[in-house]
Amino acid sequence: MEYSPPPFFNRGPAPVVRLLLCVILSSSLLISDAKYQYLDNLRKVVAAIIYPLQRLASTPFAVLDRIGEFFVTQSAQRDENTRLRSLSLQNAAMLQKFNALQAENAHLRELLSIRQRYTESAIAAEILYTGRDPFTRKVIINKGEQHGVKAGQPVIDQIGIVGQVTRVYPWLAEVTLITDQGQAVPVLNVRNGLRAVLGGTGTDGQLELKFIPLNADFQNNDQLVTSGIDGVYPPGLPVAAVSAVERNAAYLFARITCKPLAGVANHGQLLVLSLENTAPPRPVEEEKPAPGRKRKGGK
Amino acid sequence: MMQARDVTPHEILLPVRPAFIVFTLGTALMINLLPWSGWLLAIKPDFVALTVLYWCIQQPHKAGFGTAWLTGLLMDIADGSLMGQHALAYSVLAYAGIVLNRRVLRFTMKDQILHVIPLLLMNNLIVLAIRKFAGADFPGWTYFAGSLVAGALWPTLSYVLKLPQKPKTDPDHA
Repeated sequence: MEYSPPPFFNRGPAPVVRLLLCVILSSSLLISDAKYQYLDNLRKVVAAIIYPLQRLASTPFAVLDRIGEFFVTQSAQRDENTRLRSLSLQNAAMLQKFNALQAENAHLRELLSIRQRYTESAIAAEILYTGRDPFTRKVIINKGEQHGVKAGQPVIDQIGIVGQVTRVYPWLAEVTLITDQGQAVPVLNVRNGLRAVLGGTGTDGQLELKFIPLNADFQNNDQLVTSGIDGVYPPGLPVAAVSAVERNAAYLFARITCKPLAGVANHGQLLVLSLENTAPPRPVEEEKPAPGRKRKGGK
Repeated sequence: MMQARDVTPHEILLPVRPAFIVFTLGTALMINLLPWSGWLLAIKPDFVALTVLYWCIQQPHKAGFGTAWLTGLLMDIADGSLMGQHALAYSVLAYAGIVLNRRVLRFTMKDQILHVIPLLLMNNLIVLAIRKFAGADFPGWTYFAGSLVAGALWPTLSYVLKLPQKPKTDPDHA
């Protein structure tokens, strides 16, 4: 005779089975996200659902900021005013020079019939919060797909390059800072025009020049600007300054540490540049068999 | 010789409403989403993990794997981290909570904290292992500080989350 437990004892599968199910489900999500990026649409939908929560969470602090603005002393206000006035005077002088130079540049380019490489427009954005994931260096800004932000656009502040837009949500965007481990910026040494690739290290305020031969001419305090070769970052924007050069003959490459110039870790206002790359597409190399040599099989 | 240890007597509580569980998880998620920065961010406890663990220990039949997994997924997307890392970690946390629930609730608050902290550290370790696997660097020892702070918050959390379940009148003197 068989007995089965009464229905109110029935609690479904055992905890271990349920745990296994969850683990399998999460692992498949992990793999499809990390390896194949299948889930971007799902991410967007859920992000839109969470968005009100995020806004709600950051509202009290925004209100506090507003209230703080009311209680600025008159003397602080006056000091700032004088400082800004002198700054604007300096800027005006530079701007005049810049206008003349830009006109001259356009003229020369015309003469050389080089096409203007980029048309630029910028979207001003504000940082909502810094990313809470301790493994990456990211910030979330308050402009998204609806404002014309696209993934891949460079982000700058008033000093230089801050990072690159890596993920776009309907009303928010995620900016990966140049200090993030996987982030690379093609740069140029201002002093001698040497090209290099600047990579993040994953720690705040530290960058590293990658694959620089031991004898390359890099010194402390060399200024690095974007080279513009990749077509992602516009050329000539300040990125970093070399802070330490370590040449050890035991290694293939020199170890060159740099400090970012822009306030990569602390800033409120940012500019998202939208570049329309009008450079001609990269020419496709024709594959021609080398003369006198047999092609290897299997390729 | 057996020695009687301090044990918390089982409190008589009103049944919890599922809406309240959802509400507390939502609130925890929002606290996690506050614009934390600087050293506060470094020691910020994961309020969602703590709340998930609380409900799995307190109400294993009302909040379990489904709740933990879905909350983890929301956390992944809000954080912009790898999809599924928090979901996986919270599921394991839920498992630990469900398996240990009868045991943990019998202890005094101080001993409950000693149970909660290792579980939260394990939660951290799982996330760390996943990120290591995906190619990230070790973010430093402060990464674990949040769990210790979370452990210190456990008594407050248990007290606050239990408030709506307290009977209105004292059953002994009704």
